[in-house]
Amino acid sequence: MAKSTTELQEMREQMAGQMSLRVEDKNAIRVVVGMGTCGIAAGARDIMRVIVDEVGAHNATHVKVIMDGNNKDAANAPVVEIHVLGKDTVTYTKVDAAKAKQIAAEVIGEAK
Amino acid sequence: MNFARAHIMVCGGTGCTSSKSPEIAAEFRKQLEAAGLADEVKVVQTGCFGLCALGPIVVVYPEGSFYSMVTIDDVKEIVDEHLVKGRPVERLLYHEGADHHGTVHSSLNDTDFYRKQKRIALRNCGRINPENIDEYIAFDGYKALEKVLKTMQPQEVIDVVKASGLRGRGGAGFPTGNKWQFAANEKNDVKYVCCNADEGDPGAFMDRSVLEGDPHSVIEAMAIAGYAAGAHEGYVYVRAEYPIAVHRLNIAIEQAREYGMLGKNIFGTGFDFDIIVRLGAGAFVCGEETALMTSIEGHRGEPRPRPPFPAVKGLFGQPTLENNVETFANITWIINNGPEAFAAMGTERSKGTKVFALGGKITNTGLVEIPMGTTLREVVEEIGGGVPNGKKFKAAQTGGPSGGCLPASLIDTPLDYESMAAVGSIVGSGGLIVMDEDNCMVDIAKFFLEFTVDESCGKCAPCRIGTRRMLEILNKITSGNGTLEDIDRLEELCEHVKANSLCGLGQTAPNPVLSTLKHFRDEYVAHVVDKKCPAGVCKDLLNYSIDPEKCKGCTACARACPVGAITGTVKEPHTIDTSKCIKCGTCISKCRFGAITKG
Repeated sequence: MAKSTTELQEMREQMAGQMSLRVEDKNAIRVVVGMGTCGIAAGARDIMRVIVDEVGAHNATHVKVIMDGNNKDAANAPVVEIHVLGKDTVTYTKVDAAKAKQIAAEVIGEAK
Repeated sequence: MNFARAHIMVCGGTGCTSSKSPEIAAEFRKQLEAAGLADEVKVVQTGCFGLCALGPIVVVYPEGSFYSMVTIDDVKEIVDEHLVKGRPVERLLYHEGADHHGTVHSSLNDTDFYRKQKRIALRNCGRINPENIDEYIAFDGYKALEKVLKTMQPQEVIDVVKASGLRGRGGAGFPTGNKWQFAANEKNDVKYVCCNADEGDPGAFMDRSVLEGDPHSVIEAMAIAGYAAGAHEGYVYVRAEYPIAVHRLNIAIEQAREYGMLGKNIFGTGFDFDIIVRLGAGAFVCGEETALMTSIEGHRGEPRPRPPFPAVKGLFGQPTLENNVETFANITWIINNGPEAFAAMGTERSKGTKVFALGGKITNTGLVEIPMGTTLREVVEEIGGGVPNGKKFKAAQTGGPSGGCLPASLIDTPLDYESMAAVGSIVGSGGLIVMDEDNCMVDIAKFFLEFTVDESCGKCAPCRIGTRRMLEILNKITSGNGTLEDIDRLEELCEHVKANSLCGLGQTAPNPVLSTLKHFRDEYVAHVVDKKCPAGVCKDLLNYSIDPEKCKGCTACARACPVGAITGTVKEPHTIDTSKCIKCGTCISKCRFGAITKG
């Protein structure tokens, strides 16, 4: 099927979030999820899934969700940190699904 | 489809494929499935990353972790550690520097190898799946074609290409915009666009990598060229020795047709364009534009006299616009980013970037794309990681069998068309072979000449006979029978072959001899007068001997010698019978006391 201009543009927009993963961007907002053994045990995998899905759903090309294997604060796991170039790191502890959604909404908003 | 949080890019170039990258990609899928990550992590087979010596290469995004020399057994560890727990596997990450034991960078753009590079022609290699047109479109694919067809007149397109300063990347460096103009100026109903993918320079593989990693960029550019010149049919002439490139190109053409990017009435503008792929049998001469066209026409690949130039009378006797793969790969970038952005890179008269294939005695063997005018020193010492094993840089051969060598004294020469011509070499198609102190320059000249003698098509006498006579003189010199007059005769012959050959193959064949004569004449003289090969390469001029002071009589060499040339009793110094010795060097590698010398 021949593609029209609008279809091509739609494809580009739809894929932008996914493809931006492969472009290194130092100014991207990095959402770092603590995924050490304690993190995973405390449910960090689900938390990350929530954030990734939110970011994906909003096609937020300036947000990168990254896993971190270090256990920084096992007692307060799951831990989510927000890294922005030139700003202080913001750390969220004992994140649950609702909090994760909130965090995602915040970074997506900031990215826009 | 689920939104994947990580992408595993597995190199699918020829180099990595031969070291089992398809199996590695399959193993990743299997292990991800087992770990329950199959819908979170996507595995993508992509094009060449450039660091071919360290293949198979795997890059994991979003971190950009660069894994090298990955084996199937490593896959489980990467999945379990990196993708399940977020701990990159340190052991497999790329280490830079000599012997690859240096610094580790978490991201590939921070490495010495990539930092100075500017990837334009190779922009999508390693970034997209070349067999998926959607991924090409996602990175602004077919945007340039649309812009050209809908908003620009053919002459405007040509003016943009002219303003960019782009010059032919296949070797001669002819201004691309002018070539397009000549083809456009011809009044004719039928014209052709032709893409030269007959990459024959030994050691160069940038065209192959573009076709393997980003075939759509060539297809799109050919359609743009067709619009600019008034052609509706394009031919890609690619060698059959590039099966992966041919396969992906065919897939890409099929997908482009399906999406209406090739065929009738593209973007509803009434412009028709389609592409036909022709396979070549791998003759070097078919990279010469007129021989290439003769071969496409179904005849034996022999060059034709120019003029008439292809723009006037080319393929099937019709006006033809012919460019090389890498040249085409720059076109869409120029249209999308503007000719000024392209012209801002490079030097006064050599604009943009050029891909070089680094090979020979260099740590980082592979493909690098650098702004024109980057010095040879930066390429060898920084990007290339220097000469391995603590050896000294002796020379670099650029432009393959058509080019010349740059000695260590010229290592600060900028790599651009003018500077290279000024020192007697060429940019050529971008082959760059580094030589260290163990290379004999006469032997190197002989190597390239053997290649051109083999590849000469035989149509014209200066090339067919002249190159063979030159090779005979070189053989005479390297076997120790040469005279000083032979060197003079060789030089004279070079000039004749250069001046009188029909096509570029013969006209440039003497270059390796002339440039080694210019920069390393003393080595030729040493072969002729002293009957010595200073680098210890030319076998006929070597004599192996055992120093009786150092020899302990351990018999290791005598047992290793394949022709029984070494004799002696245990614990007594041994001797070599030079009449039996075949100078294979086995004894030297076996001797633990450094008692055997050659010279």
